[in-house]
Amino acid sequence: MKAPLKWLKDYVDIDIPYRELAYKLTLAGLEVSDIKVIGGSWDNVVVGQITAVNPHPNADRLRLATVDLGQKQMTVVCGAPNLAVGDKIAFAAVGAKLLDGHTGQLTELKPAKIRGVASEGMVCSEKELGISDNHEGILVLPPDLEVGKALSDYLADIIFDIDITPNRADCLSIMGIAREVAAITGKEFRLPDLSYKESGKEIGSYAAVEIKAPDLCPRYCASVIDGIKIGPSPKWMQDRLLACGMRPISNIVDVTNYVMLEFGQPLHAFDYREIRGKKIIVRRAAEGEVMYTLDQVERKFSSDHLMIADAERAVAVAGIMGGLSSEVTPGTTVILLESANFNQAVIHKGSLNLKLSSEASTRFEKGLNPELALIALKRATQLMADLGGGSVAKGLIDVYPGKTEKKPVAISSSDTARLLGMDIKNDEIRKYLESLGLKCNPDAATGKILVEIPWWRNDIACTADLVEEVARVVGYDNIPTTTLSSSLPGGEGASMVTFRQEVRDILVACGFQEVITYPLTNLETLNKLSPDLNLTGPQPLAMANPMSRDLEFLRTSLRFGVLTVLARNQRNREENIRLFEMGKVFIPRAKDLPLENEMLCGLIDSVAPDAYWAGKAEMADFYSAKGAVEALLSRMGLQAVFQAGEDVTISPGKCAHIIVDGEKLGVIGEVHPRVRAGFDIQSPAFLFEIDMDKLKALCGGKQLIFKAVTKFPSTERDIALLIDIQVTYEKVAGIISGFPLVVGVRLFDLYAGEQIPAGKKSLAFRITYQAEDHTLTDEEVEAVQQKIVEKLAADFGAGLRS
Amino acid sequence: MLSQVDEVASSAHADLQKVTRLADLEAWRVRYLGRKSKLINILRSLAALPVDERRDVGARANQVKNQLEQSLAQKKDELDRSVNLSLQKESIDISLPGRPYHLGRLHPTTRATKEICDIFVSMGFQIAEGPEVEWEYYNFEALNMPAEHPARDGFATLWVDYVTESGTRPMLMRTHTSPVQIRVMEHTRPPIRVIAPGRVYRYEATDATHEWMFSQVEGLAVDKNITLADLKGTLFEFARRLFGKDRKCRFRCDYFPFVEPGVEIAIDCFMCGGKGCRLCGNSGWIEILGAGMVHPEVLRGCGIDPEVYSGFAFGMGVERIPILKYGIDDIRLFYGNDLRFLRQF
Repeated sequence: MKAPLKWLKDYVDIDIPYRELAYKLTLAGLEVSDIKVIGGSWDNVVVGQITAVNPHPNADRLRLATVDLGQKQMTVVCGAPNLAVGDKIAFAAVGAKLLDGHTGQLTELKPAKIRGVASEGMVCSEKELGISDNHEGILVLPPDLEVGKALSDYLADIIFDIDITPNRADCLSIMGIAREVAAITGKEFRLPDLSYKESGKEIGSYAAVEIKAPDLCPRYCASVIDGIKIGPSPKWMQDRLLACGMRPISNIVDVTNYVMLEFGQPLHAFDYREIRGKKIIVRRAAEGEVMYTLDQVERKFSSDHLMIADAERAVAVAGIMGGLSSEVTPGTTVILLESANFNQAVIHKGSLNLKLSSEASTRFEKGLNPELALIALKRATQLMADLGGGSVAKGLIDVYPGKTEKKPVAISSSDTARLLGMDIKNDEIRKYLESLGLKCNPDAATGKILVEIPWWRNDIACTADLVEEVARVVGYDNIPTTTLSSSLPGGEGASMVTFRQEVRDILVACGFQEVITYPLTNLETLNKLSPDLNLTGPQPLAMANPMSRDLEFLRTSLRFGVLTVLARNQRNREENIRLFEMGKVFIPRAKDLPLENEMLCGLIDSVAPDAYWAGKAEMADFYSAKGAVEALLSRMGLQAVFQAGEDVTISPGKCAHIIVDGEKLGVIGEVHPRVRAGFDIQSPAFLFEIDMDKLKALCGGKQLIFKAVTKFPSTERDIALLIDIQVTYEKVAGIISGFPLVVGVRLFDLYAGEQIPAGKKSLAFRITYQAEDHTLTDEEVEAVQQKIVEKLAADFGAGLRS
Repeated sequence: MLSQVDEVASSAHADLQKVTRLADLEAWRVRYLGRKSKLINILRSLAALPVDERRDVGARANQVKNQLEQSLAQKKDELDRSVNLSLQKESIDISLPGRPYHLGRLHPTTRATKEICDIFVSMGFQIAEGPEVEWEYYNFEALNMPAEHPARDGFATLWVDYVTESGTRPMLMRTHTSPVQIRVMEHTRPPIRVIAPGRVYRYEATDATHEWMFSQVEGLAVDKNITLADLKGTLFEFARRLFGKDRKCRFRCDYFPFVEPGVEIAIDCFMCGGKGCRLCGNSGWIEILGAGMVHPEVLRGCGIDPEVYSGFAFGMGVERIPILKYGIDDIRLFYGNDLRFLRQF
């Protein structure tokens, strides 16, 4: 809402600097988001009068204007089409700072010779003065201004741009803002005079109003002005409309807009000749009813829309836009002026589904009080009769089926103490509330103040609302600052957050970069997780109003996110990428919110970084991913079994299920080459996925128990075995570590190929022996080692490799 | 005796010539100047000698001892120099790049969320969470925003395609973390002190300052006698811990349907110090938090008597914190996941 300072001053005296006022309004909830100073730079701009206009000797489109400035005469070269002798204009002398009409930059006016003729200054357009965007011609000033006086004495203004919160529809008006200014600066608020002369026929002879949908139209008021003459509105009114961002149209339309800005009540002027049957009917639209709106669009309506109709047809969409047929035109002579109140929901819905939002609809949908309708109607009728001539019909139409009484609300100093933490006496509370126009009646019996809520404050309904009013007038700055002294809550809160952080920290320590991707995608992307482009599993939930085709479905997997991120960064020539994402997947459930299952998905690419000068960089492989999972699980105190398995996204034969305590926790493996290709990933990539909810449940049962560190030394023995190629590492290592005194088994070499018989491989282990209670002798170690060799020979036919 | 001293002297000097390492030099010192060395024994046994001999031998032995000690010091210097000299010959190019360590990093949103939560946890707040796909009831109604409430326009909503038997469409992507307030109050009795971090979604076209997915942290404290002054103290302290102790805070009236009185908290712009610049939109202030006293209707709806209990609630955008702190000029970078961006944090 734009509020010019001069306009506000019509209703309240303002004697504090405008910046201070803006700050006070902001603190009180009316945030001044911008301040435009008109005339702030008009140091050398004065009122002048054109005394002569002569042709330019060297240019057809330029003229020489002689300007009288009182003390002296100046000659300027001017190209404006509307130079007229006798007009008062804004004259800028050399040194004045003006906005360049073309670039919009503030520039200092320099002496200039234009086509050989010296120009001693400039006659300004509205745009050059920063008043409006009009650069068609020069600004013509009202004739009563004094020649030679500074222009800023007349035209300068400060325009506040104020963000109005949705609860304060009353402040979508100069009047509402002026009330606030009065309260927070301790000044009196003045309502303008609303009187006018009724010299016409009885209003009943012109029209009657019937409300067929009283639930949607609590009040409908109207007046009639006969014998009006359509023309432009006066300059002062046009200036104010322009300052508030509205375009002047004609005296009648401008008055409706002016009063809407002034009081916040949208009004609509009908050309009375087009109202058939002397009747205004407020009703729901018939299903499929059509009407041309003012913007010359034929629109179709349903019973969700509220219409204003005459005896035969619709003439306006209530509260949103007038109809074309009853539009005020230059030939209009009788005006039927509507000032009504409509249900906010019906306007809101209507404006949404017609995709038609107007200054009127935005005010109605925030909720206006029906009391306003009559007050604003009187003001507009007065102005219209004033500016358009004509006589006002006797009486007003006022159909008011929705009149409601507001209940008084109680407040006392105990309420402000309890909610604000501030000691404010009842007398002070009363003073603050009365400054806002709230009537206070102390109730001796209860010690409370009963506050009558004025009609314009739809937002006050309970004590807390009044407490806020007190706080606003006191000033939020003056509320004390204390720390919480309430007792601490019991319980432990959501332990998932801490758990998640632990897991993230471990992966980061393993060199993984965390990423966060959107949870919405399209089905094609989800299907790409399967080599045959047909992902089975739960049907993902869809959005009812997706923002785009690519953001339609809620993910049931995290995998596509990390795969997409990998591809994207490979294109940026990144190498050695390790990513993880932790987030929710959404599994639909019948008649309930989806199951939000927290998952972890990691991805490693195999592209090794450029060789390092001190050695060759290694390519990542399946075991790089496995190492990370092992590190994570062992840090969480879990021991995982990796079981050969299958997964749709992962290459067969290079896939393992991650099993802990017999439960499948996740999966790991090399991304299937066709899936990889689908995501445009150039080289092998290795993925792991872990169910965080299951992981947390498993960790929940684990209690870490300290194990004593042995004082006695350990000893190591190497053993190289020749064994069938099918025998897995896990089986061999399992047997070795099952022997007493064995505390560590490490595979340090794996070989198959030349020098080894076909179908065999060589495994070399370093076995660590240690006893908890004594230093081992060679004999003890040899004895165990011998038994290990025998057992492996017996179980797998393993032989020692010499 | 004298000859013995001379023998010691000559063999010591001869041996010293052969010493090339520090360890050998120590052995030489023990042998010739140690407590059990011949020379020290001779000096120790002087008392038993006749006076004349004692004087001669004593003088000679002391002279030799001094010489040997001097030679020892010289030799040590010599060895030190030569060790350094040979180390110098093995010097390395310290300008060569170090062996690369592959560091992982947290996403900047995760980091900022943690930073915010840590401050509130240190003030006794517990962490709570709620679902990202919510019922309209928790996202709006229970927060004092019935259907057609004008404030709903501020929450462009992504609705889930789920229709009930009665034809309503009550499931949505939560537009803020405030529904967690309701879920907490439904299940917990005061004293309550929680914060709820999480992701939220809006039906919004993206540009440099708008993203349809972002993160919030919600806070809630409910007990007897919690006041707006407590809210002010708690959140001013938070702002100072997050943005530095010299920050000034502005506390102004604002409107959110689920609080009353409502508050917005801003800090003075750290770029321009309050004079007005591009970062603060020329106002000198940067808004960081919306807050207020929990609306009595919201408390009542959760079965908490507003005549007995009061509380405050607040909410803030998470991405905004790193955007302000590090001067990030495009919010889309957060979920674009370009490593060149992510690795900076």
